[in-house]
Amino acid sequence: MQSINILIVGVGGQGTLLTSRVLGNLAGGLGYDVKVSEVHGMAQRGGSVVTHVRFGDRVYSPLVEVGKADVLLSFEKMEALRWLHFLKEEGMLIVNDQSINPMSVVTGAAEYPDDILDRLKKSTAGVTIINALDIAKGLGNIRVTNSVLLGVLAKNMDIEYEEWKGALSRTVPPRTVEINLKAFDAGYNIEV
Amino acid sequence: MELMLGNKAVARGAYESGVRVATAYPGTPSTEITEFIAKYDEIYTEWSPNEKIAMEVAIGASFAGGRAMVSMKHVGLNVAADPLFTVSYTGVNGGLVIVVADDPGMHSSQNEQDSRYYARSAHIPMLEPADSQESKDYIKLAFELSEKYDTPVMVRLTTRISHSQSMVSVAESLPVRIREYTKNPQKNVMMPAMARARHVFVEQRMKDLSEDSSKFDINEIEMGDKQVGIIASGIVYQYAKEAFPGASFLKLGMVHPLPKDLILDFASRVNTLYVLEELEPIIEEQIKSWGIRVIGKELFSVQGEYTPNMIEQAIKATFIDTRPPEILPNRPPVLCPGCPHRAVFHTLKRLRLTATGDIGCYTLGALSPLEGLDTCVCMGASIGMAHGFEKVRGKDFAKKMVGIIGDSTFIHSGIGGLIDIVYNKGMSTVLILDNSITAMTGHQDNPSTGRTIKGEEAPVLDLVTLVKAVGINNIHVIDPFDLEVSRKVLKMELEREEPSVIIFKRPCALLDKSRSHPLRIVPERCTDCGLCLRIGCPAIQRLDEGMIIDDSLCNGCGLCERICRFNAMERVDI
Repeated sequence: MQSINILIVGVGGQGTLLTSRVLGNLAGGLGYDVKVSEVHGMAQRGGSVVTHVRFGDRVYSPLVEVGKADVLLSFEKMEALRWLHFLKEEGMLIVNDQSINPMSVVTGAAEYPDDILDRLKKSTAGVTIINALDIAKGLGNIRVTNSVLLGVLAKNMDIEYEEWKGALSRTVPPRTVEINLKAFDAGYNIEV
Repeated sequence: MELMLGNKAVARGAYESGVRVATAYPGTPSTEITEFIAKYDEIYTEWSPNEKIAMEVAIGASFAGGRAMVSMKHVGLNVAADPLFTVSYTGVNGGLVIVVADDPGMHSSQNEQDSRYYARSAHIPMLEPADSQESKDYIKLAFELSEKYDTPVMVRLTTRISHSQSMVSVAESLPVRIREYTKNPQKNVMMPAMARARHVFVEQRMKDLSEDSSKFDINEIEMGDKQVGIIASGIVYQYAKEAFPGASFLKLGMVHPLPKDLILDFASRVNTLYVLEELEPIIEEQIKSWGIRVIGKELFSVQGEYTPNMIEQAIKATFIDTRPPEILPNRPPVLCPGCPHRAVFHTLKRLRLTATGDIGCYTLGALSPLEGLDTCVCMGASIGMAHGFEKVRGKDFAKKMVGIIGDSTFIHSGIGGLIDIVYNKGMSTVLILDNSITAMTGHQDNPSTGRTIKGEEAPVLDLVTLVKAVGINNIHVIDPFDLEVSRKVLKMELEREEPSVIIFKRPCALLDKSRSHPLRIVPERCTDCGLCLRIGCPAIQRLDEGMIIDDSLCNGCGLCERICRFNAMERVDI
């Protein structure tokens, strides 16, 4: 099998790392060769973050190359645009409809583009935009925004539902399994 | 098989090798190695005050007969370089492995130095794994080589190895074995007469290793298309394999000393030979010195990380057409909401001070809008540099400048600078930003936190007593959120023609359990003046509908409330 390349992007603190680990455990559990590349250290303090997940029969580089991502999963709108050039022309784009202003925007030195969703919609055929933060808020825990997004991704990929739930349960802290599964289902069953 | 972070695999390798002692000072991307080792009850593990001490503890443990491992980031090896060069001469008793994590591309570092130079100049063998499985296996091999060849062995990681996960098969651990200790001054006391004899041993050892390394199976030829032959190690091997899966490869697991016979053999079997190595042309220059034609840095940069596309484009001399990146506002990391450092930088900005800075979360205070630092060079530099500034620009200038350092960094290597200022009659005002944790690397304990890496209680280093003992007479401990006192004390100590230390004490916002109610902005009272935006808090945003505080980010530190002139903030009930 040709390797599947997934890029997960967002802002430090949003939970992209945990999501990439769920995907890693999912692919590993299915018997694929898998590599996950993470960001630690300074960038975690509210900076732009990216994790790479690759799996298939044999994976060499842990990094997804520019123009080679099958999936771009973005936790924040502008980050989707920042990493868009990593996506294949026909790739799948899933975007959380949430904006977080970087400091340059906060101080007025730069402007947050107001046409991001339009630009994203034009970029590739397979664009899904959802407000996962609101769904997570509805479930009473904004920390599970990432599992809502994972559910949306699961719906769009050719891997059994039960496998996803198993990987999610194995990866998140035991006391948060229930709420994360609930969030995952909310994302999985969403109508877009 | 288990999906495992490279750093965790290194820790597992230490466990499976029967390591007795593991030491480190935290530093991205190496930190998690020692955090994972600490989970093994069998292994004594410590955060040392700095990398030099970590190295010395490990050397002592090795001499005493136990297997020992010390881990650090590349710049940490500079701090530990003094013992490194001489432990090469003494060799070991129990195996000694030095793990160093380089950071090409500077994801979280102030330079991108290449640690392989250390292995060459200290005459120490160095292994370089290319994934998590090898990270584990090479640690085990490193201990075997260390004891067999009587040498410390370095294992070089890079960010993409340390912080990538890949599949690992685990094995049982060796029992911890302690070798006999016998007094042996000829080997362990390095003074001129003994060291001269040991230098002879070192040269012979490296010659033996160089000859033997062509037979080590971690150095491996994979013949494919003979048109292109690629020599690579570590993560670059993976990139090259991704770009040219059908080419011929010589994968080097040992990057010092090089397996000369194997390289000569490989060179004779391929048409065009390339050496791919991030950072310095270390392998390339050695091969060229043997009279072999090889292509390297004429095609590839000495800066930053490589990618498969970059390698393919350079070797094929083609252009891979991809979408260009969008031009967008940057998103650098920022001080967290509620961070006590923010209050200090706000005060400094109001007083318009020059500040020599240091390494830690507070380095982020250099960025807009706080712009509170003038310099950042290395761990501990802020204090000595403040003294240097004073000696050039005089007392009047010193009255408008401070040195800024964190608690962990002060203990690491700041204290010597303070001794210097007292001894050589400086008058610098030094600010210790004491958040009682090593925060930037992910909250590691240090001598001032009262806990060890194993979570046991420990004596708390009293910074006030320490600073007093150095000879500082003017010492203050202040809550940075008390802006009025901060300003008053700073002004007083800056004016004083004696050295002073002001300790700004407040726990890291991420660990502060006393989080209070978040704040909100009352629209009727807010005049939209924007003053609260100047403290650079990510929770405060100006939207079309006016100023707001994001209650999911705000932790109620109250700094904005203190600076607002219109009393526009109020506490939200929760």
